[in-house]
Amino acid sequence: MHIMEGFLPVSHAAFWGAASLPFFVIGIRRINQKVSANPRLKLLLALAGAFVFVLSALKLPSVTGSSSHPTGIGLGAILFGPAVMTVLGTIALLFQALLLAHGGITTLGANVFSMAIIGPFVAYYSYKLLSGLKVPAGVAVFVGASLGNLLTYVVTATQLSAAFPQADGGMYAAMLKFMSIFALTQIPLAISEGILTVLIFNFLKKYNLKELKDLNVVEE
Amino acid sequence: MQKLQNILLVALVVIIGAIPLFIVKNSDFAGADSQAEEVIMEMNQDYKPWFKPIWEPPGGEVETLLFTLQACIGAGFIGYFIGFSVGRQKNGD
Repeated sequence: MHIMEGFLPVSHAAFWGAASLPFFVIGIRRINQKVSANPRLKLLLALAGAFVFVLSALKLPSVTGSSSHPTGIGLGAILFGPAVMTVLGTIALLFQALLLAHGGITTLGANVFSMAIIGPFVAYYSYKLLSGLKVPAGVAVFVGASLGNLLTYVVTATQLSAAFPQADGGMYAAMLKFMSIFALTQIPLAISEGILTVLIFNFLKKYNLKELKDLNVVEE
Repeated sequence: MQKLQNILLVALVVIIGAIPLFIVKNSDFAGADSQAEEVIMEMNQDYKPWFKPIWEPPGGEVETLLFTLQACIGAGFIGYFIGFSVGRQKNGD
């Protein structure tokens, strides 16, 4: 989902930057609120960040013959809400842009929008919806994290199609092309991300139940 | 029960990761990001990226090093967190 440095026209880069900024500001505020209300949560917040760091560094092979990576965003989104993950995701994307030449400064806004805004929002609301319907927590976490990952890549494909419509067929034809690169590759990886998120969530339910209750992630 | 489920889930992740290596032949599993870059250049031959990365790892080895470092920082903390949480519960806090 990393759009490479310089690979979005200036106007598109500026648009996505402006679209992402408010979420980042809200995220900073949410982090301050949550941590000052309950300093015990700091450790869990760091865990959410660490999970993003590990998973987004793992490039996994996929059935399409190319590689892509999980994002690790779903876990933190389910725990802390989506805006908090905008901040943590931005930190990971910045690390990769500056030290790995993966993604970029000019495309940061667009990459934040897909991985650190749409991803966590989809994960969070899918989880909330399913747990509201009394679906078992493990299943809700799996679906939330997987869908968050998949939709991140759908957004990337859309962003690229909007920036580079094809001469014949326009944005729709471009969309087919980018979707075939990103979305298909991503399906097995989204499943892997869902499973890994469930694993760590199971651990949290056993050893950090109090924090999960404080955050209203689980009831009773 | 939970333990067995966790083991099965880990095995499933490994299997999902390994299957492509066996069923897809003659592929170097290039990154989807760079494939998208190629498609853009193919479809829009007059597009010039207007900004270059400020710094690039000088080679594949250094890039691997930094990716590994990123994963290590994350995995290191997760290990600390797990040990801390288990220990805390054992001490009845």
